[in-house]
Amino acid sequence: MSVFDLFRKKTSSDVAKDRLKLLLVSDRANCTPELMEMIKNDIIMVISKYMEIDAEGLDIQITQTESEGNNGTVPALYANIPIRDLKHKE
Amino acid sequence: MSEVIVVTSGKGGVGKTTTTANVGTGLAKLDKKVVLIDTDIGLRNLDVVMGLENRIVYNLVDVVEGNCRIKQALIKDKRYPNLYLLPSAQTRDKTAVTPEQMRKLTDELREEYEYILLDSPAGIEQGFKNAVAGADRALVVTTPEVSAIRDADRIIGLLEANEMKRTDLIVNRVRMDMVKRGDMMSIDDVVDILAINLIGAVPDDENIVISTNQGEPLVGTDTLAGQAYMNICKRMLGEDVPMLDLSGKSSLWSKLMGILKKD
Repeated sequence: MSVFDLFRKKTSSDVAKDRLKLLLVSDRANCTPELMEMIKNDIIMVISKYMEIDAEGLDIQITQTESEGNNGTVPALYANIPIRDLKHKE
Repeated sequence: MSEVIVVTSGKGGVGKTTTTANVGTGLAKLDKKVVLIDTDIGLRNLDVVMGLENRIVYNLVDVVEGNCRIKQALIKDKRYPNLYLLPSAQTRDKTAVTPEQMRKLTDELREEYEYILLDSPAGIEQGFKNAVAGADRALVVTTPEVSAIRDADRIIGLLEANEMKRTDLIVNRVRMDMVKRGDMMSIDDVVDILAINLIGAVPDDENIVISTNQGEPLVGTDTLAGQAYMNICKRMLGEDVPMLDLSGKSSLWSKLMGILKKD
C-alpha cells in the first residue's frame, strides 16, 4: 500500500464487501420483516410507557458491532428512537 | 475408502458443472476411480461439458426407477481408464427422484468407486436436497460477486444444518487485473466473509470457454485454470499445494513450451 492509498476513494470492491457484511448478518439472523415489525411494535409499547416517542420515525435493524472480547464482530440490534417529549406522561 | 462429494453454489451460472467436470477428470488423472453424477434433472449439462452427450442410453431417473441397472447407465469416458458419468434425465423434473433414492444410489456406488461427485442444480429446493442427501463433503463454488457470495452463505448455512462433515470453498472466475484495481473482491475478502476453508481459486480464463466448446475438461493442461483445477484435486487428496498466482504472468520459458505444444 502506498501513501496515496490513504487518500484514495473507496473502491467498488470495498463497497461490495461492506454491503455484504451487513447483508449477511441479517440473512444469518434469519429475521423476517414480520418479526422485525413485531419487535418494533413491542419497543414502541414499552418506551411509550415512559416518554412520548415518534413511532413513525423509529428505525430498527440488525447490524454488526465490535465485541468487547477478542472475538471480532457480533450481531447487534440497532434502534433509532426519536423522542418527542422526555417528560413522563401522566 | 470412498467419498461422496457434492458440488453446489446456490446461485446459477457460477461454474458448478465446469468445476464438477474438471475436479472429477483431475481425480481420474491422478489414478482415482471416479464417477460423476449430474443431479440437475430436466436441465442436464454435465454430459456436454464432458463431451459425452452422444453416448447416453439410460439416465439417473432410469436407474432410480429400476428401468435399468446402474452399470448400464454409466458412461465410460474412454479418454481415462477410471472415469464414469451418470447423466441426468432431460425429459423429467426434480420430483422424479427423492433424497432417500439418492442416498441408496450413492451407497451402492461407494462399493466400486473412490470418488463420487454430484453436480447439484442451482437453488435450494428439492434438487439441492437430493444432491446433498448422500454426500460426505461439499465443495461450495462462488464468484467474487455480491449475489453469488450471498447465496453461497445461505448454502453453507443449509449444509451445516444438514450436518455435512466437511465444506470447502472454491472461488471461481477471479480476475486479478480487476482485484488490483479494487474493482473486484479479492480471494481473501471472499474467504473472510464466508469464513470457511478455501480449497482453491480459479481464474476467469478464456480457455474454460474453449474447453467447454470442445467437450474436454482442461484440468492438468498448461493453462492457468487447468493448473488451478489440478491443484484443487491434489489438495482434495490431502496434498499440501501452495496457492497459484492467478495474475497469469507466466515465464518466457513456459510461454515457449506452450507454443511448441500447440502442434
